[in-house]
Amino acid sequence: MTTALDQFKYDAAEKTADLRHRAVIQKAIATYDTAVASGRLRFADWQNARSHAAAIKWETINHLDGYLEQFERNVLANGGHLFWAETAADARAHILQLARQHSVEKVVKSKSMTTEEIHLNDALEGAGIHTVETDLGEYICQIRGEPPYHIVTPVMHLTKADIARTFQEKLGTPLTDSAEELTMIARARLRQEFLTADMGITGANFAIADTGMVAITENEGNARLSFSLPRVHVAIVGIEKLIPRFDDLALFWPLLSGSGTGQAITAYSSLIGGPRQERETDGPREFHVVLLDNGRTRLLADAEQRDALHCIRCGACLNVCPIYKNIGGHAYGTTYQGPIGSVITPHLRDAQEWSHLPYASSLCGACTDVCPVRIDLHHHLLHNRRNAVQSKFDGPLQRLMFRVWLATMQSPAAYSLASRLANLALRLGVAQSLLKPWTATRDFPTPPKQSFKDYWRQHGRGA
Amino acid sequence: MRVALFIPCFIDQLFPNVGIAMVTVLRRLNVDVYYPQEQTCCGQPAFNTGYWEEARALAARYCEIFAGADAIVSPSASCTAMVRNFYPELLGRATQATAHTYEFAEFLVKKLGVTDVGAKFPARVTYHDACHALRELRLRDEPRQLLRNVKGVELVEMDQAETCCGFGGTFSVKFPMISYAMDEVKVTSIQKTGAQYVVSTDSSCLMQIDGYLRRQNLPIKTISLAEVLAAT
Repeated sequence: MTTALDQFKYDAAEKTADLRHRAVIQKAIATYDTAVASGRLRFADWQNARSHAAAIKWETINHLDGYLEQFERNVLANGGHLFWAETAADARAHILQLARQHSVEKVVKSKSMTTEEIHLNDALEGAGIHTVETDLGEYICQIRGEPPYHIVTPVMHLTKADIARTFQEKLGTPLTDSAEELTMIARARLRQEFLTADMGITGANFAIADTGMVAITENEGNARLSFSLPRVHVAIVGIEKLIPRFDDLALFWPLLSGSGTGQAITAYSSLIGGPRQERETDGPREFHVVLLDNGRTRLLADAEQRDALHCIRCGACLNVCPIYKNIGGHAYGTTYQGPIGSVITPHLRDAQEWSHLPYASSLCGACTDVCPVRIDLHHHLLHNRRNAVQSKFDGPLQRLMFRVWLATMQSPAAYSLASRLANLALRLGVAQSLLKPWTATRDFPTPPKQSFKDYWRQHGRGA
Repeated sequence: MRVALFIPCFIDQLFPNVGIAMVTVLRRLNVDVYYPQEQTCCGQPAFNTGYWEEARALAARYCEIFAGADAIVSPSASCTAMVRNFYPELLGRATQATAHTYEFAEFLVKKLGVTDVGAKFPARVTYHDACHALRELRLRDEPRQLLRNVKGVELVEMDQAETCCGFGGTFSVKFPMISYAMDEVKVTSIQKTGAQYVVSTDSSCLMQIDGYLRRQNLPIKTISLAEVLAAT
């Protein structure tokens, strides 16, 4: 059986060897870097903004029970409905039941990683409900049959020419190198879908406890059409998306767009405060919130790593990660890629199956430096590794190796003997093969005859 | 001031000249150094692989061995970060030894207030920011200040100076393909500067870069900051 680790190694090897792929994403990320650098300059004090946001999130996550209940009370008071989904299966079942109850034949969706996490599209399609992604990037993913490559930029790995070819293959449209024409192809198809959909499904960027509102950030207007035209709106919200107060958006909206795309604020920022009210002429007749746990409370219970729930899914840690830049988003095999994905996936999914991801990092710390809510990302990767060893996911050989290594390092005599043997083996060229994974592509240094300890014994005091 | 030398195990074995260079510079500055000979490894390989119990034993050992020192100096930002940033988490407290362990360039600039050590090294060089120097110890300017004051040095910045070289200890063995791709990105950036030498605080990064350079027969050489500062 292919394990997640085997698959990861296979995909990482394939992607790192694909120089065109690496060039495409590094170019995309370079464009992003420039935008974000100028975006941050709009903040009078970016570091202080990060600290303030982290403090608000810390407060929220550490009192999440209270904020969730406050949010629920306000959603209900606004005339909405709210469902607590403990698992992905619970969430899917509830949404399918809502769809049946409202005789839904067609669903339009705006971009939502939470719906990716619970594999909602497959469930809807499986129940015979036509489901259409309406974010341009997600639409391209859907017609290609691929998962999103990046939590913010779903088709970061594709060039304009790739997209034109996809449209030609899947939609039968003529090849074009005009981004505007490509957009118009998608737009013409999607408009019809919006007008005839029975249910709109969205995620949420923030859930606001003191007003019971859901905040959605986007640049195409497709989310706004998705929740305002169909009869029923369902918003799927991870429980970590809470912020306490409406006023907190003044910080979190620019923080998210600034880190996500470098924009001062996204083109469309929407607040949904319930279904159509009396005397209103448009909007959905029913508004449903699905609050999703799906493993998040396991992370919440871990006081050491709880701050990983601060994440606002801006994608900054992916864009700065040298691992992501070389293997790309699909190789991770997870819904959430990059450093944040490697931290949370072992908590959200099977801890053993995904225990390799925290090791797939050089611990360079670039992610931690850019996180707008100051999640201690690369140190959490160390915590994940320790947890994996404590859970005995490490394997007996490696465990034995470190025991022997420790015994050697605790005794200067053993250290001296072991280092002389290693020195000899390296000088004779017989130890290099033990370091094969590294030496296959690189030359290992040949150690000099004298160690520093030898030098000091001879020259240390007298020099 | 009694200054203890902390020579990480791989420097002791693979790159003793880096340790010797550090001693040379410190003595030139009339710093009284001593070397506790029972020292071995700081425990970072175990710590980074998740073996915190094993690392904790070596952390306690380090604190005992270096207990009497006023300052402890090491030619490795990575091992210094292990001691100063991670030992307190492992041991549940900071000690005299953890708090007073410094990376060599950091010690010169921040503790001794020295930015010119009277060195001479006529060459075009580029500086690689070791991740642990840059992001654990927050050393960006200190090594560069020292380099700029070396006679004959022409420092040319590379576009990816702050990008990881891809070593990451056991990472480079567990995921060699990723590590190698990162190495490639780094070396490409180095090549664009036209530098003769890549300089860094950390010999582990330099080993990673040098391994690539030599396999590809590229004419660029690696050298530790300590060796540049020792040259006259």
